[in-house]
Amino acid sequence: MTAKAPSQEDAHEAHHGHSHGHGAGHGTLRSYVIGFVLSVILTAIPFWLVMGEVLESKTATIAAIVIFGTIQIVVHMIFFLHMNTKSEGGWTMMALIFTLIIVGIALAGSLWVMHHLNANMMPMTHEMMRNMP
Amino acid sequence: MTDKTHAETPDAAQFYLTEDHHPEGSTMLGFWLYLMSDCLIFAVLFATHAVLGRNYAAGPSPADLFDLGLVAINTAMLLLSSITYGFAMLQMERNAKAETLFWLGVTGVFGLLFLGLELYEFYHLIQEGAGPTRSAFLSSFFVLVGTHGLHVTFGIIWLVTLMVQVKMHGLISENRRRLMCLSMFWHFLDVVWIGVFSVVYLMGVVG
Repeated sequence: MTAKAPSQEDAHEAHHGHSHGHGAGHGTLRSYVIGFVLSVILTAIPFWLVMGEVLESKTATIAAIVIFGTIQIVVHMIFFLHMNTKSEGGWTMMALIFTLIIVGIALAGSLWVMHHLNANMMPMTHEMMRNMP
Repeated sequence: MTDKTHAETPDAAQFYLTEDHHPEGSTMLGFWLYLMSDCLIFAVLFATHAVLGRNYAAGPSPADLFDLGLVAINTAMLLLSSITYGFAMLQMERNAKAETLFWLGVTGVFGLLFLGLELYEFYHLIQEGAGPTRSAFLSSFFVLVGTHGLHVTFGIIWLVTLMVQVKMHGLISENRRRLMCLSMFWHFLDVVWIGVFSVVYLMGVVG
């Protein structure tokens, strides 16, 4: 046991040194700056659209917010969280895809169900409204 | 029975020893899985806000309440803290302890500014009578944004703890691993904030 300890330590250190290359990954100064500049632009545009009331139609403004938000999330994933298909043998990507599916079901399902509940509610009379808790 | 266990002991000892050392790769994957489960918490809160976000109970609407200028400054604070954390990681790669601590400190300051502005906003809203009990919209707003704020609070506590650890023990491999976990946590919170300012603030004000 005691005799083994040094070699264990070596193996441990070697493993650490090695895994730096393919673990969660590291950025370079360039990738961080690119990510930052992109996210500043992608944040500024939707704020400008809403605060300056640039677009006539509400639907177009909301669509623009969703599009810029989605692109920015992808930018953060790539440049700040260093996501790629290879890290951890692809398992981080698998976990992400699984989570996105669950998130999609939770969001779409909630909106769908609750919208139908609202639409199918029995019409309320003034009498009923007054007696509401 | 006793004989058998005894014969296996060397192998077993080796196994436990390697486990105890936390190979770095598995920690990162495990932490990523934690972040994904955290993501589900936020997804549920976003879904709640999406359902309840238009129920004002004849109270104030987002357009009446939100100061988008303040939200823009808040977003800038979080974005800046993200890139300064990135700089801290780059300095860690270079093994520069003092520079790493400096950039971690800058990150913490931006994080505190973000929290301060958020608490100011909450205080302001409650003073105006738009507290979490006013309407379903405000309940879901406070829970969603408050949960994110709590995450940032714990992130800052973690950051300070790690700064002390790095100062005391240097950039040893354990501290590097911890800094990488916090890096993922911090950038993840930034990703959640993109959802918050897009869905809650911007879409709320548009109506």
